[in-house]
Amino acid sequence: MIKLEGISKSFKVPKRSNGLLQATKSLFYREHTIVEALNEISFAINPGEIVGYIGPNGAGKSTTIKIMSGILVPDGGTCSIMGFTPWKDRVEYVKNIGVVFGQRSQLWWDVPVIDSFELLKDIYKIPPQDYKTTLDLLIETLELKDIINAPVRQLSLGQRMRCEIAASLLHNPNILFLDEPTIGLDAVSKIAVRQFIKTINQEKGVTVVLTTHDMNDIEALANRVILIGKGSLLYDGKIEELRKRFGTHKTITADYRKNTNSFDIPGTTIIHWSPEHTVLSIDTEQTLTSDVITQLSKKVDLVDVTIESQPIEDIIVQLYKEFQI
Amino acid sequence: MNLYLKYLLILFKSQMQYRTSFWLLSIGQFFIPFSVFAGLYFLFERFGQIKGWDFFEVALCFAVIHMAFSLSECFARGFDTFSSLIVKGDFDRVLVRPRSTFLQVLGSKFEFTRIGRLLQSAIVLIWALNNLPIEWSFMKAATLFFMITSGVLIFTGIYMLAATMCFWTVQGLEVANIFTDGGREMAQYPLNIYQKWVARFFTYIIPFGTVNYLPLLFILGKTTGNQLLYMLTPIAGSLFILPCFLVWQFGVRHYRSTGS
Repeated sequence: MIKLEGISKSFKVPKRSNGLLQATKSLFYREHTIVEALNEISFAINPGEIVGYIGPNGAGKSTTIKIMSGILVPDGGTCSIMGFTPWKDRVEYVKNIGVVFGQRSQLWWDVPVIDSFELLKDIYKIPPQDYKTTLDLLIETLELKDIINAPVRQLSLGQRMRCEIAASLLHNPNILFLDEPTIGLDAVSKIAVRQFIKTINQEKGVTVVLTTHDMNDIEALANRVILIGKGSLLYDGKIEELRKRFGTHKTITADYRKNTNSFDIPGTTIIHWSPEHTVLSIDTEQTLTSDVITQLSKKVDLVDVTIESQPIEDIIVQLYKEFQI
Repeated sequence: MNLYLKYLLILFKSQMQYRTSFWLLSIGQFFIPFSVFAGLYFLFERFGQIKGWDFFEVALCFAVIHMAFSLSECFARGFDTFSSLIVKGDFDRVLVRPRSTFLQVLGSKFEFTRIGRLLQSAIVLIWALNNLPIEWSFMKAATLFFMITSGVLIFTGIYMLAATMCFWTVQGLEVANIFTDGGREMAQYPLNIYQKWVARFFTYIIPFGTVNYLPLLFILGKTTGNQLLYMLTPIAGSLFILPCFLVWQFGVRHYRSTGS
C-alpha cells in the first residue's frame, strides 16, 4: 500500500551567526549548510497496519510524513502510495489520506466545530449520505455530541484533538497520518485517542502511520516500529523484537527481613541496597533470572520479589545512545 | 465558486463573533479615504481644475480605484496576509486538501471591515456621477463595471506576487505596498497629470491606467480615435492576473521542493 524506496531529502539551512558584526554581515550575505534530512529511506507498509514512526527530534520524522502526504517533493527516490506518487497528482491523491498535525489545528477557530465539518464536506466533495453516516459514527465513537456545537477556541486540548481526528476522517480516507497526535494531552484523553485509533484501524481497516515521542502510544497501538535517526533508517520491525534485541536488562526488586550483611550475587549489578530492600539489575543474556532468585533466597529471608522488564522508554534511550543520534 | 462562498460564510460567522471590533474598524475604514478625499476636494476648491480635469471627473477616478481597492482587500485578503499562513505552517494544510491552492488561499481570510471604505467610495461615485453630464449608454455602464472588476483583479495580482515572494522570504514584504497603496494613491488622479514615465509604468507594467484613466476618457467623451479600444482597456488590464497566477504556481513548486 505504501512503498518508499531510497527517499532522500536535504535542506539548505542558513548558518546561524553570533555577534552583532556577524549578524549584520548575514543581512547581506548568508552562508548555507546542506542538512541531510533523509538519507535513502526505504520501507513498505501493508494495508491495515499501524506503524509507529519514531526517532529523536530532528531525525526526519516530519519530513517523511510531509513527503508521504504530498506536501514536499523529495530530492531522490520513489514513493508509491495506493498507486499514486504523492507529490504528483496532489489533488487526486490527498482525497485518500487524512493528516493530523498534533501541533496545528485544521479547524476554524471561532465557529462551532460542526461548521468546520460542514466546510470540510464541501472541500472534499463528500456525498451528503456518506457524510451523515461517517459523522454519526465519529460523533458516537469519539463522544463528540456535547462539544460539536461549541466554538473551537472554547474546547480543551483533549476535546480539540478528538475533533481534529474526526475532521481528518470525514472523507473516509484509507490512510491516516498522525504527527504527534497525543502531544500535550492528559492521561484520559491520551487513552481515548489511542482507543479510537485502534477502533478505526480494526473496524474500517484504515492504515495508520503515527509519529510520537510517547512510547506508551507505540506500545498501546503499533505492532511495528520504524526508527530513524539523523535521516537514516535504523530499525524496522516488531516491537517485541526490539525488546528482545535491546531490552535484555531486567530489574529485580527484593524485600526481605532485616539483614545487615551485604551480599554479592555474581552476574548482577546492585542499583540500590538497604538492610531490608535491594534493587538488582541483570542481563538476561548472561544470567538466568531464576538463578539470581535462588541465590537470593539462600542469603536472605525473602518477603517479596518483583521482576520488571526494562521500560520501552529506556530501550529507546539506550538505542539513541547506541546509534549516537 | 460554491466553495468560495462557503469559505466566505464561515469567516463571516467568525467575524460576527467580534461585533464591536468589526463596527469600529469599519467606521475607521470609512474615514481613512474620507480624509484623503477631503484633501482632494479642497485642492479643487483652491485651484478649480488640474490639466483640464475638473473636480467631479477626478472624483469618479478616485471612486473607481478606491472601490476596486476595498473590494480586493476584502475578497483577496488571503493573499495579502499570506505570510502568516507560511509562518504558522498552515500552508501545509492547504497542500493536503484536494482543492487548488489558489482557491484555498483566497478563502483563508476575508477582511469584511473594508465595507466602510467601500461605502465611502460608493458615495463618492454616486455623487460624482450625479454631477457629470454623461450621456449614458449600455456600453458606458458596462465599461464602468469592468473598470472596477479589473481593478480588483490587478490588486489581487499584486497581492499574489507579494505572496509568492513569501515562499523565499517567509516574512511579508512591505515592498508590495509601494504598488498597492502607492498605485492606489497615484491612480486616484487621471494619469496624464504625471510625468510621462510614471504614466507609462502604470499603464504597461502595472496597468492601473487601463482601469480608470483610459476608459474614463471614453465615459467622459474625451476620446480621440477608436472608442472601442478605450472601452476594452479594462479587460486588457485584467489580463495582468494571468502571469501573476503562473508566478504563484512557480512559487508553490519552489515551496514544495525546499520546504522552507
